[in-house]
Amino acid sequence: MSDGLIIEVENLTKRYAGRAAVDGITFTVQRGEIVGFLGPNGAGKSTTMRILACYLAATYGTARVAGFDVFTQADEVRRHIGYMPEHNPLHLDMRVRDYLKFRARLKGLGIRQSRERVEVVMQQCGLSEVRRNIIGHLSKGYRQRVGLADALVHEPELIILDEPTIGLDPHQVRAVRQLIKDLGRHHTVLISTHILFEVEMTCNRVLIMHEGKVLAADTTQNLQKIMSDGGQVIAEIAAPVAELRACWEQMGEVEHYDIAPSEGEYLRCALTPQAGLDLRPLVFEQVRAHGWALRELSRAHHSLEDIFVHITRPDGEEETH
Amino acid sequence: MQAYLTLVRRELGSYFVSLTGYAIIASVLLLLGISFSGILGVLNDSPTDVPLTELFYKTDYFWFILVLTAPVITMRSFAFEKGTGTYETLMTTPVSDLQVVLAKFTGTLVFYVLTWLPLFGCIAVVRSLSGEAKVLDPWTTASTFLGFVLIGCLYMSVGCFASALTRSQIIAVMNSFVIGLGLFLLSLRSLVPAPPADWAAKVFSYVSLSEHVEDFARGFVDTRHLVFYSSLTIFFLFLTLKVVESRRWT
Repeated sequence: MSDGLIIEVENLTKRYAGRAAVDGITFTVQRGEIVGFLGPNGAGKSTTMRILACYLAATYGTARVAGFDVFTQADEVRRHIGYMPEHNPLHLDMRVRDYLKFRARLKGLGIRQSRERVEVVMQQCGLSEVRRNIIGHLSKGYRQRVGLADALVHEPELIILDEPTIGLDPHQVRAVRQLIKDLGRHHTVLISTHILFEVEMTCNRVLIMHEGKVLAADTTQNLQKIMSDGGQVIAEIAAPVAELRACWEQMGEVEHYDIAPSEGEYLRCALTPQAGLDLRPLVFEQVRAHGWALRELSRAHHSLEDIFVHITRPDGEEETH
Repeated sequence: MQAYLTLVRRELGSYFVSLTGYAIIASVLLLLGISFSGILGVLNDSPTDVPLTELFYKTDYFWFILVLTAPVITMRSFAFEKGTGTYETLMTTPVSDLQVVLAKFTGTLVFYVLTWLPLFGCIAVVRSLSGEAKVLDPWTTASTFLGFVLIGCLYMSVGCFASALTRSQIIAVMNSFVIGLGLFLLSLRSLVPAPPADWAAKVFSYVSLSEHVEDFARGFVDTRHLVFYSSLTIFFLFLTLKVVESRRWT
């Protein structure tokens, strides 16, 4: 996959009747990334995606896809994009194979080429056994795959999927997620969702949107790192309470500690370090030096959910933990 | 061009995979049959020299069928796709807005022509039974057919425009019915007796659809009528295109 930017968005704004649905956002996406667009309902994810897919025009700001401007070079942009809108609208009266062929022809593929590509994407999306079925008679999971196959049929560089797993049962969600992960090997993928777990599972990078603004854009690991700075360490140790207390008192790196009884003879210590320190190696050394038994040593892990709540929290509201 | 033809095929196909298409054809056939047998009954009692095609136009059936079926034929074109959301997938493919509008229009027009073809079957039956070649003069029949197609162009473009305005098929039907009926009612103004010098009478006779059609049915192809229908059709298609483009206006 060649390097370079596939999406460049600068100061993009979309106003509906005076209200800004998207409010001056700026971000870029590299070729080959799987990027998750994360945000509560109404954050402006769909609007941004619709602008990128050249369905709507921005009020101001610029957006370029694969080097083409989405407003002045819409046809070129559309050739480079496979877009699946929210709720995945399909022609329910058509058969799977006919529908995909129709879409391939609309997207400018020749007769032979479209026949070949339709076979390939049906294989890729697991649709071969329902090729002759009428789309309206298919289950939701299969319909979602038809939508994905449609987005892929013209081999676009960039695939934009708006809430691809909404309304599916857990098995179908898994299958679709796996499909998206597989797509990431050959395409750049931009998916929107409000399910945090999904982003953690599938994406390399997250853009968190809230009320029309991009509040954070980073890899999931980096976001977690930011959050866990000053993060607590939990250690479950079997030792006399007094010795433990003395030990933590002596350690200059521990700013604050808390000891609570756990199952059996173990005590659960929650240790807050001084800024930026990772206490785990130090704790382990102490345990070894004293010859205590240790059964758990972990740094509090912040899920994307914590990060999301932290970032999108309304101003002035205190954090609860 | 490829996208345009693909879309036209899809448009026509959509009439025949659902019941809508068959229902429209069946109702047009029923009305045609009733009116035709009615005319033949009258002819049996009082023979006339007027061509059969012209006689048919003079009954109200023709207008009734046109004004009622045109909105039903066109209601799906944009409103259905907007309602189901497939409009968004359509408009994010590399197809220009003009191609979409023209393809929808062509699809509805071809279907309209299909619904009227049985009329020529009826005329052919009369000719073979009566054995009179005059009944089906090729020139008159051709100009009649041209009249059909031109009026069809106008009514289909009106219908596409109404359908592009909304996502509800019912509203699309109502809008195009009102515009279509209004156009037709203008022709009734010429029935009101007025002094020949009256400018209004001249204007109304110029825009009178029924007068145009009578000319076509007699076998006259008047360029004024050609200009009238093609310019109005282009005007409504232009409006439709603007409605389609308007989603990307800022």
